[in-house]
Amino acid sequence: MIRHLREAADLDAENATLILDTARELARLTGGREVKKLPTLRGRTVVNLFYEDSTRTRISFEAAAKRLSADVINFSAKGSSVSKGESLKDTALTLQAMGADAVVIRHGASGAPHRLANWVDGSVVNAGDGTHEHPTQALLDAFTMRERLGRLAGLNVTIVGDVLHSRVARSNVVLLGTLGAKVTLVGPPTLIPVDITNAEVSYDLDAVLPASDVVMMLRVQHERMSASYFPSAREYSRRYGMDGARMRRLPEHAIVMHPGPMNRGMEISPEVADSPRSTIVEQVANGVSVRMAVLYLLLGGK
Amino acid sequence: MALPDAAHDQVRTGKSILTDTEVHRVVDRIAHQILEKTEGARDTVLFGIPTRGVPLARRLAARIHAFEGIEMPVGILDVTLYRDDLRLKAARALGPTDVPPGGVDGLRVILVDDVLFSGRTVRAALDALGDLGRPASVQLAVLVDRGHRELPIRADYVGKNIPTALSESVRVSLAEIDGADEVKLYGGDA
Repeated sequence: MIRHLREAADLDAENATLILDTARELARLTGGREVKKLPTLRGRTVVNLFYEDSTRTRISFEAAAKRLSADVINFSAKGSSVSKGESLKDTALTLQAMGADAVVIRHGASGAPHRLANWVDGSVVNAGDGTHEHPTQALLDAFTMRERLGRLAGLNVTIVGDVLHSRVARSNVVLLGTLGAKVTLVGPPTLIPVDITNAEVSYDLDAVLPASDVVMMLRVQHERMSASYFPSAREYSRRYGMDGARMRRLPEHAIVMHPGPMNRGMEISPEVADSPRSTIVEQVANGVSVRMAVLYLLLGGK
Repeated sequence: MALPDAAHDQVRTGKSILTDTEVHRVVDRIAHQILEKTEGARDTVLFGIPTRGVPLARRLAARIHAFEGIEMPVGILDVTLYRDDLRLKAARALGPTDVPPGGVDGLRVILVDDVLFSGRTVRAALDALGDLGRPASVQLAVLVDRGHRELPIRADYVGKNIPTALSESVRVSLAEIDGADEVKLYGGDA
């Protein structure tokens, strides 16, 4: 197994499948029972180093580490000496001195986890860096697809929205490619990066719906709505929003995903979000299992 | 260092400890012992420890059914997450864990494994079992006891005791996994 999870490309098909299989066993194992805690990482320390606010991701990692009995230290940049100008390297050396076995890092700068991995002995897990990647989100998306549809190889996955700024989309393209799914990116031309490899690009959502097994809606950030990436929120919603009518054009078995938090009525209508096809709540639960699997496999042995 | 031919052969091909008929006979005997010791296998559930404890547990249940017509539930208990040597070795893939619908509370649990060695796997299994519920009692059935215990653990049902050196290894093959039943002893300094 690898030592760090800095980006989706760190995983080959074998390791990615091992993580998904492990997550499935962990989900089964802790699912219906009273004692949800496992002693596996007792005595290990996991630091959540969050330079950006992300309550969901942080709680998910925290729950995962705690279910494996690791000690968890939450370090948020706000109100710490980071806001007084401490560099990432100095923070890393502090964590090193404290004996952190794993550092889960969320950072506004793309590539921060790569830098951090050079400075600490423990494992580094990327929990989102800039507009670069968010590999555990891609893993939990892949896990959710596999649980719902039974396979990944050969699936047609359509990712819709602000691909340009989306680390979730970037990690998904890489990971799904590794696992044999076919990805189509859909969005306004202003929000589709030009350097895309191993994914198809389309600007017409309605055209790709009938052949999609999975439609993954991306969150539209409020700052993009006011910037000039597209004329108006209303037009975006009309062209790229997932509503009931579009959902009914999908194949019978198709699912609709969203990494959350949603803009209800913007990229996804309440009718879709609350339908049985939507996997949004499952994705959250699966996130904990997948992160447990990642922590176990990175920290379980040396 | 060159080994004498005969010794070299033994290192490579192993020395047979149990043939397939003997494995069957041993399983039958343990099944009878379980029936006797549990007074007709009441309130009892078998838990196989992956990998080879699982087919062994299923065989015991099948034999008990053949002898007395009793359906004994069989579960699977993966102990990987409870091992105490996790940080010493590369992370290993998890096996399945399957608990019969009745759970373990108040039941007599019989753990089934192929080889009893240091006792650490059994210790991990006891911890894992503790997280599933509270069995009334726990017993242990193994096909082979090779000695060298590192913990105060002993088996209730032993197929065969094999005195071994630490440098030797015992390999159990079962038809369900390996295509044939056999127990062999490998290695040693010869």
